[in-house]
Amino acid sequence: MWEYIDGLSSAEEKILIENLLQTQQEWGKKYNELLEVNSLLTSAELDAPSMRFTKNVMEEIAKQHIAPATKSYINKNIIWGIGIFFISLIVSALIYGFSQMDWSSGGSNTIADNLQKVDFSKIFNNTWVNAFFVVNIILGLFLLDAYLSNKKKKFRKEA
Amino acid sequence: MSAGFNDNEIISNVLKGNQAAYAELVEKYSSYVFSLCIKVVRSREDAEEIAQDVFVKAYKYLADFKGNSKFSTWLYTIANNTAISFLRKRKLNVASLDNEKVFETADMNAGHNQVIMAEQKSKANMVTKAINMLNPDDAAIINLFYKGEQTLEEIAMILGIETNTAKVRLHRARTRLKEKMETYFSHEVKDLN
Repeated sequence: MWEYIDGLSSAEEKILIENLLQTQQEWGKKYNELLEVNSLLTSAELDAPSMRFTKNVMEEIAKQHIAPATKSYINKNIIWGIGIFFISLIVSALIYGFSQMDWSSGGSNTIADNLQKVDFSKIFNNTWVNAFFVVNIILGLFLLDAYLSNKKKKFRKEA
Repeated sequence: MSAGFNDNEIISNVLKGNQAAYAELVEKYSSYVFSLCIKVVRSREDAEEIAQDVFVKAYKYLADFKGNSKFSTWLYTIANNTAISFLRKRKLNVASLDNEKVFETADMNAGHNQVIMAEQKSKANMVTKAINMLNPDDAAIINLFYKGEQTLEEIAMILGIETNTAKVRLHRARTRLKEKMETYFSHEVKDLN
């Protein structure tokens, strides 16, 4: 019945309730009770803050700056950049790994068999490969740091 | 209130650097936000402090308001979260929906004050007092629906619950309010009729 009073009931429910209100005295009594509560609620007063409230808020916000929208912090280019950086690292590692494999030896050609033939210790013990990875990671982190610092400065200037 | 300016126009002005325009939003929503806060924290001083914090936060993050919902819905969400965080920080117990014990004292006080209340014939005053006897969850949902002019979907968004849960909670809150009014204000209701 609350939904009927709030105007949220469906057309079918509305017809059903209207029929019940006309035919059943008990329903009519209940409806009047709820209607009274509803009208009292609508007439309820709001609590009001002190007279100085708006002034206090305005004094407080005078010391504040509007922060740039969150969306601006999460720049899609950064996400793409990081993604591409790591994917290229993985792909280069895979290419190097597969290039080290001896595809001609062995009778079986299943992927599992071929993978077993890869000498991973050879790949990761190679000083040049390790150095390549380390330099790439460090350079990547430096680039990311520089990019984020620039963005931060830009935001501060805008704010 | 500004003549003809809606919330989005005021927000756009504020974002363009017209800080003073924000006062219009504060004026417009201060009572709604304050009422919501007082229903949760039950103290005028704390509610005023929280309400002020709500408007400062809303100003600071105004650029994040994208207009996908009503400004009031966004503001009440901040108000509700800030009030609840305040209670958690103060380690006060937030009464659960079914915990009536916490408010037994309030009910008893209301009983003692019945004579005084009987003198206050104002309908509005009586309902406000009855709402204040409800637990914070019930009082907040009634406030949002009747005074905050929020739909059930918007209330669900503000409170972080499902629309159906909001509907059930509103129904329970109204039933409890009706019981309180029948218990403590039955004479006044009759007098007013």
